[in-house]
Amino acid sequence: MTDSSTGDLVRRTAVDLAAMITKGEATAVEVAQAHLDRIDAVDGRIHAFLHVDHQGALAAAAAVDAKRSAGESLGTLAGVPLALKDVFTTAGIPTTAGSKILEGWRPPYDAALVERLRAADIVILGKTNCDEFAMGSSTENSAYGPTHNPWDETRIPGGSGGGSSAALAAHFAPLAIGTDTGGSIRQPAAVTGTVGVKPTYGGVSRYGLIACASSLDQGGPCARNVLDAALLHEVIAGHDPRDATSIDQAVPAVVEAARRREIGGMRIGVVREFAGEGYEPGVLASVRAAIDVLTELGADVVEVSCPSFTYALPAYYLILPSEVSSNLARFDAMRFGLRVGDDGTHSAEEVMAMTRGAGFGPEVKRRIILGTYALSSGYFDAYYGQAQKVRTLIARDFAAAFDQVDVLVSPTTPTTAFPLGERADDPLAMYLADLCTIPANLAGNAAMSLPVGLSDGLPVGLQVMAPVLADDRIYRVAGALEQALDDRRGHALLEKAPTL
Amino acid sequence: MSPSTPDLVPYDEALSRYEPVLGLEVHVELSTASKMFCGCPTGFGAEPNTQVCPVCLGLPGALPVMNAEALDAVIRIGLALGCDIAPWCRFARKNYFYPDMPKNFQISQYDEPIAYGGSLDVMIDTDDGPQTFTVGIERAHMEEDTGKSLHVGGATGRIHGAQHSLVDYNRAGIPLIEIVTKPVPGLGKYVPELARAYVGELRDILRSLDVSDVRMEQGSLRCDVNVSIAPVGAAEWGKRTETKNVNSLRSVERAVRYEIGRQAAVLDAGGTVKQETRHWQEGSGTTAPGRSKEEAEDYRYFPEPDLVPIAPTPERVEELRGTLPELPRALRVRLLGEWQLSPLDMQALINAGAVDLVVATVAAGAPPADARKWWLGELARAANETGTELSALPVTPAQVARVVELVADGALNDKLARQVLEGVLAGEGEPDEIVAARGLAVVSDEGALGKAVDAAIAGNPDVAGKIRDGKIAAAGALVGAVMKATRGQADAARVRDLLLERLGPPE
Amino acid sequence: MPSITRDEVANLARLARIALTDEELDHLAPQLEVILEAVARVGEVAAEDIPPTSHALPITNVVRPDEVRAGLSQQAALSGAPEAEDGRFRVPRILEEEA
Repeated sequence: MTDSSTGDLVRRTAVDLAAMITKGEATAVEVAQAHLDRIDAVDGRIHAFLHVDHQGALAAAAAVDAKRSAGESLGTLAGVPLALKDVFTTAGIPTTAGSKILEGWRPPYDAALVERLRAADIVILGKTNCDEFAMGSSTENSAYGPTHNPWDETRIPGGSGGGSSAALAAHFAPLAIGTDTGGSIRQPAAVTGTVGVKPTYGGVSRYGLIACASSLDQGGPCARNVLDAALLHEVIAGHDPRDATSIDQAVPAVVEAARRREIGGMRIGVVREFAGEGYEPGVLASVRAAIDVLTELGADVVEVSCPSFTYALPAYYLILPSEVSSNLARFDAMRFGLRVGDDGTHSAEEVMAMTRGAGFGPEVKRRIILGTYALSSGYFDAYYGQAQKVRTLIARDFAAAFDQVDVLVSPTTPTTAFPLGERADDPLAMYLADLCTIPANLAGNAAMSLPVGLSDGLPVGLQVMAPVLADDRIYRVAGALEQALDDRRGHALLEKAPTL
Repeated sequence: MSPSTPDLVPYDEALSRYEPVLGLEVHVELSTASKMFCGCPTGFGAEPNTQVCPVCLGLPGALPVMNAEALDAVIRIGLALGCDIAPWCRFARKNYFYPDMPKNFQISQYDEPIAYGGSLDVMIDTDDGPQTFTVGIERAHMEEDTGKSLHVGGATGRIHGAQHSLVDYNRAGIPLIEIVTKPVPGLGKYVPELARAYVGELRDILRSLDVSDVRMEQGSLRCDVNVSIAPVGAAEWGKRTETKNVNSLRSVERAVRYEIGRQAAVLDAGGTVKQETRHWQEGSGTTAPGRSKEEAEDYRYFPEPDLVPIAPTPERVEELRGTLPELPRALRVRLLGEWQLSPLDMQALINAGAVDLVVATVAAGAPPADARKWWLGELARAANETGTELSALPVTPAQVARVVELVADGALNDKLARQVLEGVLAGEGEPDEIVAARGLAVVSDEGALGKAVDAAIAGNPDVAGKIRDGKIAAAGALVGAVMKATRGQADAARVRDLLLERLGPPE
Repeated sequence: MPSITRDEVANLARLARIALTDEELDHLAPQLEVILEAVARVGEVAAEDIPPTSHALPITNVVRPDEVRAGLSQQAALSGAPEAEDGRFRVPRILEEEA
């Protein structure tokens, strides 16, 4: 980037950009163009995007500028560019969920979340890379090739939403959308030094979100700072009658909470079970230091035990594949997407199997077959049924913990970004990346990851978990902690990332 | 299958040695405005794939939301069948692949049906006169319909030999209620009649609840017939077959009868009945096995995560109970009194599927006796000839009531009235239009009628003489002559009056 | 200790309508074995007195009014179809009768 003003635009926060556009210091088109230029220049190395919608983004930005010229009121994030995980349907724009089976599919409808983004005049730059059908912790399961971590291009950007987190860290967009089924927003945020929030289950409509596991999936905001995440949270959250699991209650006051930057008297619980063996010392050290800061800020920090959390991972890897095996049955070559083997000699049944064999990657096949097994009549009680009981126990652990404390904290993930390829053919090792994030999905709680430090030059995330519908608490804690850490450091953590 | 008809044991012989057990699964399409889980319309016969959306097409990302009206309907159905309503229940996914099922799972209910444990009293003719049997209702639950496939390249849309198929998803997602009976043993030879009567009774109840069109010929009421037989006195029931695609009351009866004869032949030959799904072949009046699967289906049911549990409050259930109409059985008891019918008369109405039609005709102004006469006579004959249900005839109770009124007014006689109904059935319009268009009014011109009467007397002096001598019975011959001369368009009673006036009957 | 054979995996793949190559089967069976062994830990939790949880939140009775909403045009409905004919989705010949 030689143009300093353009270079400046891509490093600004969403709050700043929105203010500049509103005041006329920059047009939305200039802002969009600056981000598109950077994507065009740098994304060949990172591969955060599967599809960049130059035309649509510039048209949306021009519409914002026209609105402003006409004196119409603009939303709080009007004209701010956003990177959208490619698991949300976008009318007429390719939507793949990172899978070959959807290559070239252009949905005939927008997801509810996309409607909200458009209504808020947010500029969607394109669709970001992810593990196929959001199954993975490294984005290596994308049928379109992996995404690289902007901190170290030989390492994973987390997953499944590695494209969205990398887009933030690489300054392709100040805002992004992810989905979190077992940590797919939080773990990528942790390993890229960005902020990622899994709202309370039911807080953000799933209508138009291509399902991984319906009872766990939740769309959420990703950003480079807590306030930007809160502003985006407010745009995308709220009741949607098209999603029966959507909560019909007021959205928690997350923006106000993020701006409060004060946690005096809050009770914070440190999850005892999420430390020790398997956790990188550098990760634990950064987390410990952050917890010390919380104490200094006046919080009342105690250790809390959640014994059932150790069963979360096995329960998750039964519930998720079970739901996946059913949710992904619709990808059958009949109505949309890839069709293989329809040469006149094969039956519909054979074409379905051939298409699914050719169109799904190894991890998706693994989980579908695992889920098919777990739901089979002879095994249902021992696997799926038992996993649902664990789910109850985890919710009880949360309930007991939140009797004592306002929020729980833990490392977001046991390690920093691991090298690409390291766990690619070791599913169990890969699954461990979600060890700390899964309980919140099983119980429906709100949870966030925010950057708290570096370990060997790589970002470490702290997870903050709050009760169902108390999303504001995580923003309050994170807002205060982020400010304290930035003040001590003298700058945001992401400033330390390579400029690319 | 071999080209020769499979062996059948004659029905009576089969029943002399085997005891049948019956079970019935009825699928009812609700007549809600929109589909079960989305806002698409439910009308029958629209252009293909014009009543679809991301939800009922099963597109990635789409989510179902339950139709409030469908929930009310199933609770009312459950209550009408004497079921308990579950205080809390869930939907489940029934997983299996089939091209006309967009998601490759059906949203249904598994072990938590919304309604369970009811019963239905059904009356049938027996050797000892009309008798009532109680059929246990196992459950009634909610699910969604599938799309429809058209098989191209084979013989007349059949699946076998087809080169490819064309799928229309307009029907996919239409609300279905599945009503399942408990096994019904101990009916002996009355099994086919009971099966038919049960479906008919259920249909009448559903119609009275106004929850479905219940048109079997359009598939809005579909019946699967489960039959097993075991040697008389055997400790255990036999293996059952499930016969699908049974789409008229008559076929229900025939399918049961056929399966009993077929299974008896299998057992007689020392074979075993295969537990399988069979399909009713309307043309041949037989059942044929479906393509046998390599392994038993495992539907891998699990709670539908995209839909939240249903928990009707007791208050809501009672509120819905308050909306139940007079049910057919209660209605019939009342009619027996009001219309002064014998149980046999009533049974004739029930057997013909005519109760509701007669009630509606009476409501439209016709005397009960006249309404019964036309529905059980002329119209039943027409239904029989065309092989349709009475209710499927293209004639409304209001039209029948108008014909009855025209006869009562003397504008038509019975013979002309029959012609008017023929016209209605042929789609020629309303009764009055047909009377005008066909020129069917009774000859009421006294002058013309008088001349015809005079001509008849002059042409038959012998008969006229007998009448003059007091043999009134002979008048019929002269009435006939006049009717012939007027091509039937005279009022026979008036002709008789005119004849007797002229021939001076003794007072 | 759970165990899953190559044949079982092949059966499951058939049930799930996924054509697998021999190499995939060779690879998948031992992987699934390891995963199943790990997830079988859920059996360690006490059973009888714990109700299962299928939904994260205890929401019930979410319904929508029985109102017709605009859906897709025939053209939009068929827009993603691999093949269409006469306003319908064209699919290869279907072997089995509906279940």
